[in-house]
Amino acid sequence: MDADASRRTARHHRAPRGVGRREGAPVRQPLPFAAPDGGGSRLEDLMAQVARGDKDAFSALYDALAGTVFGIVVKVVRDRAQSEEVAQEVMIDLWRQASRYRPEQGSVPAWAATLAHRRAVDRVRSAQASANREYDQAAREHQRPFDEVAEQVETRLESEQVRRCMRGLTELQRQAVTLAYYQGLTYREVAETLRAPLPTIKTRMRDGLIRLRDCMGVTT
Amino acid sequence: MRNEEDLHTLTGAYALHALGREELTAFTAHLAQCASCRQEVAEFGGTTARLAAAVSTAPPPRMKDAVLHGIDSVRQLPPRLPADERPRTVSGVLRRKAGPLALAASLVAAASFGGLAVWQHQQTEEAQQRAQGTELRMRDLTSVLAAPDARTVHGRTSTGAVTSVVSSQRQDKAVFVGTGLPEPGPGRTYQLWYDDHGTMRPAGLVDSDGATLLQGDLRKASGVGLTLEPAGGSPQPTTAPLMLLALPA
Repeated sequence: MDADASRRTARHHRAPRGVGRREGAPVRQPLPFAAPDGGGSRLEDLMAQVARGDKDAFSALYDALAGTVFGIVVKVVRDRAQSEEVAQEVMIDLWRQASRYRPEQGSVPAWAATLAHRRAVDRVRSAQASANREYDQAAREHQRPFDEVAEQVETRLESEQVRRCMRGLTELQRQAVTLAYYQGLTYREVAETLRAPLPTIKTRMRDGLIRLRDCMGVTT
Repeated sequence: MRNEEDLHTLTGAYALHALGREELTAFTAHLAQCASCRQEVAEFGGTTARLAAAVSTAPPPRMKDAVLHGIDSVRQLPPRLPADERPRTVSGVLRRKAGPLALAASLVAAASFGGLAVWQHQQTEEAQQRAQGTELRMRDLTSVLAAPDARTVHGRTSTGAVTSVVSSQRQDKAVFVGTGLPEPGPGRTYQLWYDDHGTMRPAGLVDSDGATLLQGDLRKASGVGLTLEPAGGSPQPTTAPLMLLALPA
């Protein structure tokens, strides 16, 4: 099926994108990222307390992370009721796994965002999997319909830095990263959507992230 | 088939959670041996976290209440034990890892089994299990290993780890032993399954090498499987099995 045809096909297994989807107010607090001695180490301290079973510390951790967690889950899952469920699971998982957090493997928000994105993607894919249990995996990956491509890449971003750095990417890099991260597509699906060869998409995802990383000055 | 360089370019797709099942398995195994890939993946994690923060949305206030209420009945995982010694053989695993402390830790990890869906239905059961304590579970594990009718099957996972399953019909239990399992990766865990002639029944989580008593009874299971699942486990397998061992009839 050509890309135009696939764009026209509705994506039945996802909830329709309602107008009121973003009724939650954007969170405009300073982002809890590892400032030299600011938010980052505070969150690490909180995480250490949470690992010892401190529920007050967990409540503070929740306040710092819930917006990011819920935001990315809603972005990928779309359906609000399901997103709330997934975001809840993620937050409870942070409590459960607190002792497994290792600062050298990344900041607390990075860990939380990774868990949240993983769960959101799993939710979307398992819904698709159960709808398609009968089909062969390879066939399924090539048959998944796509729509809203134009919209997919026009992600509304609250962060000026992310917007600016996104503008520094090539079109293909930006689409590859955005479709995968914000829409939860596999790289095969991204390749199909953008009608680009698989190795190209693999490479664009990596060099796109490298460019974003450098633009944002991310160390770990 | 794939060379190392090919695998290395998958760091981006991996960080975006855009790999399919097969590539994920191959890349996860590669990651365990590739320090520069891990570094890059960690940096990409910091990068994607900003993409997440850029779409930050305040959740409804009731969610916090639900979460704070929810954690009351969720047991926290114990810290991961240092993997300073990596036993090479299955007997080595049993000898070294079955020391009471390591064993207790892996049993507690296994006991905290359960996706949240399962968790909701398990609160009562878990309270009972907690009362019975780890000691009983250790006794279960050793009684399977020592059972006169214990049978052992061996196999390798698709990632090359050595696995064994010891089962006892009389005890109606089975023990899984893994050696050389790569780190499951952030937000992932290994999950065991009883194969009831094609239907997979959750049998607990495994985080690292060692001996683990499978959750639930053996019943008429025809095999034991292992998959990689999102942290907390899944009610049904969401990835292709890394290993599926047929049990002796």
